[in-house]
Amino acid sequence: MNTSASTSLSTTAAPPSKVCADCQVYRAARLKKLGVAVDKWDYIVALAGNPNTGKSTVFNALTGLRQHTGNWPGKTVTRAEGGFEYAGRRFKLVDLPGTYSLLSTSVDEQVARDFILFGRPDVTVIVVDATRLERNLNLALQVLEITDRAVVCVNLIDEARRHGVQVDDRQLARDLGVPAVPTSARHGEGLPALLEAVSEVASGRLICRPHRLAAEPPAIRDAVRELRARIQAAYPHLPNVRWLALRLLGGDEHIAEALRRGEFAGLETESRLEAADASDAQPQLTVP
Amino acid sequence: MNAIANFQAASVEDLLSAAQRLRQGIPGDLHEHVVEAIYGDAARIADRAVTRPGAPARPAVDRTIDRIVTSRVWGFPIMLVLFTVVFWVTISGANVPSQMISSVLVDRLYPWLRETAASVGLPWWLRGVLIDGMYLATAWVVSVMLPPMAIFFPLFTLLEDLGYLPRVAFNLDNLFKKAGAHGKQSMSMMMGFGCNAAGVVATRIIDSPRERLLAIITNNFALCNGRWPTQVLMATVFIGCLAPSHLGGLTAAVAVTAVAALGVGMTFLVSWGLSRSVLRGEVSTFSLELPPYRPPRLWQTLYSSLIDRTIFVLWRAVVFALPAGAVIWLFANVRIGGVSLANYAIDWLNPVGVLLGLNGVILLAYIIAIPANEIVIPTVLMLTVMVTGMTGLGHGAGVMFDLRDEATLKTLLQAGGWTTLTAVNLMLFSLLHNPCSTTIYTIYKETGSRRWTVVASLLPLALGVVVCAAVAAVWRWLG
Repeated sequence: MNTSASTSLSTTAAPPSKVCADCQVYRAARLKKLGVAVDKWDYIVALAGNPNTGKSTVFNALTGLRQHTGNWPGKTVTRAEGGFEYAGRRFKLVDLPGTYSLLSTSVDEQVARDFILFGRPDVTVIVVDATRLERNLNLALQVLEITDRAVVCVNLIDEARRHGVQVDDRQLARDLGVPAVPTSARHGEGLPALLEAVSEVASGRLICRPHRLAAEPPAIRDAVRELRARIQAAYPHLPNVRWLALRLLGGDEHIAEALRRGEFAGLETESRLEAADASDAQPQLTVP
Repeated sequence: MNAIANFQAASVEDLLSAAQRLRQGIPGDLHEHVVEAIYGDAARIADRAVTRPGAPARPAVDRTIDRIVTSRVWGFPIMLVLFTVVFWVTISGANVPSQMISSVLVDRLYPWLRETAASVGLPWWLRGVLIDGMYLATAWVVSVMLPPMAIFFPLFTLLEDLGYLPRVAFNLDNLFKKAGAHGKQSMSMMMGFGCNAAGVVATRIIDSPRERLLAIITNNFALCNGRWPTQVLMATVFIGCLAPSHLGGLTAAVAVTAVAALGVGMTFLVSWGLSRSVLRGEVSTFSLELPPYRPPRLWQTLYSSLIDRTIFVLWRAVVFALPAGAVIWLFANVRIGGVSLANYAIDWLNPVGVLLGLNGVILLAYIIAIPANEIVIPTVLMLTVMVTGMTGLGHGAGVMFDLRDEATLKTLLQAGGWTTLTAVNLMLFSLLHNPCSTTIYTIYKETGSRRWTVVASLLPLALGVVVCAAVAAVWRWLG
């Protein structure tokens, strides 16, 4: 199973041969489930996605925890935390509440958005339902507006197959600009590839060029352009300038408050993504 | 440093005022423009990635099942039948294991513990607190609660895994809307059937504060884990026996379903009342997604419902039962002027209890059991045993009646002055009374308001008092 993410070779201390790196058994053997024991971690990974796409199942599969899962939307409204060790690195995994968007004001959406924004996860895994890809991508695109370190986990791929739906994960990865890994977390399928992608993005070996909205809606183009310039002048290294501009234009008091408290100043990253933020940049995956 | 901070503050305010100014110049709703752009891109990307070689959007079987279980005619009857079956299986299946556990913990281990304690020379009062109080209460909790929970929770989890619960929510959605509440309230109510504290937290999925308050206040009307055993036991002992013996289990199951349905009815009634008085406002709309039916994974379900729910709830009950057992024993054995504290309290509560069709023992048990509903029934039983003096607890004889024999249990309770009315009202009161301490604390944390916490705690209690008093009055008038 070659996803666009896993074709990039890992370059850890003892580089495995290509055959090894692509072998599921090898990669699964490098996973150590840590349960809730994550006091020292190297990377933080957030799990986001629509309700009932199997985030909690992915969470349980990776951490070995048994957070209650159920076949209905809205099972998780608070965040759950657990950990795992993969390829010698310790990851803290945070399961966020499932939401349909990040634009409204309900508590669960704020919990999710604030964590992706201010919790500064090293990777955000966006779990999408393969059988309802279009609706799930609405959220995925919103997440990609906020963060540039993400992996899309195309879950429930077994159900999609059963319904006669095929998802071209390589095409998806190309369009979204982040790794896309087909999985069936219930049956443990695809998890090794997911782990590999997460570890690549977390360590910075794989730099994402996330999709940003192709064209500004004409009605707001000028306003956004002006505000973006102002934000960029104040915070030259922010990874999500356009998103912030849109929130401020929309009069989001929560975000305005965060800005006043100076929380955005802490979000500036080393400038590896400035170029990608320009909306005309061609989204693509690059391996340094 | 200060200068930098000031400079930053100034530039932030500049930024915000620029945003405000630019907002004025945007035609129409910004939110809509953005959403439109996102949807457009999502559709384009999905279209490129997804191919469906000649397959229907959803399998026909799913849709056929949905058409039946959410139909106007069949939706509600199917719901009632399914839940009755679940209760029936629970009630008829719990008997045998209950007997086994009770015969080990109460018939064998308990006398042995008493003898051992006596032989090592523990003073009588310490033996009383430790063994007649703490141990016995815990043994009761385990033998009364473990078997029904070990059957009920896996069954409920199977329904959940299968994807049936969202269909229930779909069926109820319209009623919630009519009651002026948010349709998502059906989801938090479903969580409440497991645990009200969890249900209260689950109301976070509701955006509007008004509708969220409605959901929080009414969550207590969903019978929780701690109260199912009370319902099941009362229905088995008092209601089931009203029918011919081969129909006993089924009658009891119908009674439990009826109480649970009454709780749902109360949820609507109270939501309706509040949304037309103190919590007036618009009803929000939302789209409810019906997830596909998924074949549940049997073993995993059994495992997780056993660990997550059964053991968790049982553990909580045991933790509360230990101190409660000590309190009960002390209450029954500390005497002032030859009369035990328990008797004072019971005599004092009795007039109120009788007015409500209950009795002083039950009210005292509810007061002792405020920390956790799970221990109401064991507390009632222990207090009854001690007060009726059917055994010589604390005097060395110590033969506990055993749960194996429902007739014995009934004899005991009847000796304590119980009638069918007492049982019916106990079931009603167990549905309609203040939430447990954990839930009250959760409500306070979620609402951040003392006022609403008090409302959410006392409103169900007031309803319980009114309903029980009314039932008792009508019962006595008829009978």
